[in-house]
Amino acid sequence: MDAVNTTRTPAPRAMRAFAWSGTQKAVLLAVLAYSVYVIAQMDLSWARLSTGVHQGARFLGRMVPPDLSKMDVLWEGIRETLQIAVLATFAGVALSLPVGLLAARNMVPGYVRTAARGLIAVCRSLHPVITAILFVKAVGFGPLAGILALVVATVGFVGKLFADAIEEISPKQIEAVRATGASFANVVLFGVLPQVMGRFVGFATYQLDSNLRNSTMVGIVGAGGIGGALFSAFLRFEYSFVCTILATVIAIIVVGEIVVNATRKALHV
Amino acid sequence: MTPSLHAGSLHIQQLVKEYRPGVPVLKSIDLRIDGTGLTSIIGPSGTGKSTLIRCINRLVDPTAGQIWLDVAGERLDMAQLHGRALRRSRRHIGMVFQEYNLVERLTVMENLLTGRLGYLSAWKAWRRKFPAEDFERAYQLLDVIGLGSFAHQRADALSGGQRQRVGIARALMQQPAILLADEPTSSLDPKTSVEIIQLLREQGRERGIPVIVNIHDVELARRHSDRIVGMTGGHVVYDGPPAGLTDAHLQTIYGGQAWMQ
Amino acid sequence: MSSPALLPGAAAAPRQWQRFSLGQRLLRYAVTLLIVWAVVQSARTVEVIPEFLADAPEQMVDMLQRMWPVDWSHYPAVVHAALVETLHMATLGTLLSLALAIPLGLLVAGNVTRNRALNLAARVVLVASRSVNSLVWALLFVAIFGPGPLAGMFAIAFRSVGFVGKLLGEAIEQAPRGPIEALQAAGASTSAQIWYGYWPQVKPAFWSVVLLRWDINVRESGVLGLVGAGGIGVALDTALNLFQWTQVAVILIAVFAVVVLAELVVTQVRKRVL
Repeated sequence: MDAVNTTRTPAPRAMRAFAWSGTQKAVLLAVLAYSVYVIAQMDLSWARLSTGVHQGARFLGRMVPPDLSKMDVLWEGIRETLQIAVLATFAGVALSLPVGLLAARNMVPGYVRTAARGLIAVCRSLHPVITAILFVKAVGFGPLAGILALVVATVGFVGKLFADAIEEISPKQIEAVRATGASFANVVLFGVLPQVMGRFVGFATYQLDSNLRNSTMVGIVGAGGIGGALFSAFLRFEYSFVCTILATVIAIIVVGEIVVNATRKALHV
Repeated sequence: MTPSLHAGSLHIQQLVKEYRPGVPVLKSIDLRIDGTGLTSIIGPSGTGKSTLIRCINRLVDPTAGQIWLDVAGERLDMAQLHGRALRRSRRHIGMVFQEYNLVERLTVMENLLTGRLGYLSAWKAWRRKFPAEDFERAYQLLDVIGLGSFAHQRADALSGGQRQRVGIARALMQQPAILLADEPTSSLDPKTSVEIIQLLREQGRERGIPVIVNIHDVELARRHSDRIVGMTGGHVVYDGPPAGLTDAHLQTIYGGQAWMQ
Repeated sequence: MSSPALLPGAAAAPRQWQRFSLGQRLLRYAVTLLIVWAVVQSARTVEVIPEFLADAPEQMVDMLQRMWPVDWSHYPAVVHAALVETLHMATLGTLLSLALAIPLGLLVAGNVTRNRALNLAARVVLVASRSVNSLVWALLFVAIFGPGPLAGMFAIAFRSVGFVGKLLGEAIEQAPRGPIEALQAAGASTSAQIWYGYWPQVKPAFWSVVLLRWDINVRESGVLGLVGAGGIGVALDTALNLFQWTQVAVILIAVFAVVVLAELVVTQVRKRVL
């Protein structure tokens, strides 16, 4: 009756559940080694960390209670920030419509598409702060540079998404509109736009939110908005004012998010 | 119903189409279609029926040959037209598609109005400022096709048969000189297919325009056409009344050696 | 099926077609009005000098001219090391953020943490982290740690916590309940449920988010140096302040190249692993 093997052998390694494979272990090791290496490069010692934490605590101490005496400066900056966000989104979205159309494979010949896609790629790759700096050098300090910088960022983001959306539409619907003798513009109006308008509005509202965030900091490089006031407060060690500004910025962004989400729900996008 | 303003006639001469060089799908087609009446083009898959129909309104560009369209006293070679002239002449050719090709997110009414886009500037089209007669005609057509209460429904809320009716109505909104249909019944059930083909035939008669239909179902073609054109291997092998279509002809068209090459 | 004959004397009331219902039209008017008001208000009061706007194309052409020819020798001298430092900042910063993002993600997910107060607290922390720009975080950390890539790394880390934590929380909330319930029924502890139940399901989404954030962080790290937080931004700031436009040009090209490279890497990893 000895069908059952009474001696117990340990389960072979390969069959142990949830064990990490060789590759996974190697990757983890590599990540740890890399982290140690980089931390050494950055000269991060325990001493430095502890000083830092100490400093951080002092910092927080200086930030609280927040300085409420300079509300007019604050208000000026916030107003400019909102202006930059609104104008940049409006102009950028308006530009993204034609640029996106020109960057769609099914709308234009190959070389036009490549050129448009190239433009969009360049717009996307440059950080808005960098474009803000370039525009400051080109058109001077002030909100104009900020607006132009964010227009570029908008075209890069919305333009790409819009072009991708157009490339995904059904060609059959367009074919039928063409067969009636409609002009290119009419084909776009009745064949293309109904299919992509919903998504386009979605992209535009998302970009409004993103531009709102970005407009709070282009001022650091002189392109207008609350960022300028923030930067000078730092330079003057007025940390309690920094706290006020940060709190306001966070509040605006949160409110902005809520408003944008509500609008999207209301318009069903 | 008032007949179409300009009834047209079609004269295809030596039409050739090669999708790949040296491999012609249409091998020198000669065809003359005028008057009223529904002409069915039958033949096995791949024999160029759809290509032939699409060459007429240049959704496909022919490789060689002429496509003469007589309309409004003018004689145009569709094969040679480009740009604006091509768009102008497309206004006179109505087309019905196998998969209806309605703009799904637009309403039935807007889909009908699409048929008049060839006559409207982009600015007016964006604001939907179509002339009053267009709206009138649209409502009348909706009544004719039995979808009077569907004007505000979105196109994607309709059944297949309903969508095809809207497709036909859209084509008729153009007040076309000829009406083309590329396998209008292939996506529909048998009963609806009969209704659609009858609708096409009636509307052609009432407006006094020729209707050219591409069709798979031979019985359907036989029972509802005024003329049958049988194609195989890129050639026309039968051209005559349905009554004259014998089994021998069908053998040539569907069972013969030619289409297997 | 011919059209119905009109009875004599019947008033043929022209049927009106309206594209939008009354409610829809009101809503559209309201939204359009709001947009127009916002734009006009902003345009009227924003301090833009029209001459500068008109001047802009000329100025930009001038700037581009000054960037030519590109100073390639600057690359091995300064730019390369700075780029490497930037990449380190971005990578380590992303990794570091995971230490906070994972627990916060677990705390904000309604199905893992039942305590509503904790959910809310975690959400507030995540929102705060997201709403403050990495540039502003960099300012903060430069004031705390002093200038250098350390500040930049912490800035990246603190900014990324909000992003990764929020998306991780959403992924956890969308995980199907089945396997979790099975584990609960078998008597598994909470940590076991998380490790064996939730983690395998959110893994693909998690790594996808981390990869995306790394890509964004490479871009962000490039500019932190402008406020002294290390990386290529420092070189850019120096070159700009010294009006060395040809050096600026090579820096911009290098940054562009790195961003494109990072995107390629991300696409490849996505294809193969996710």
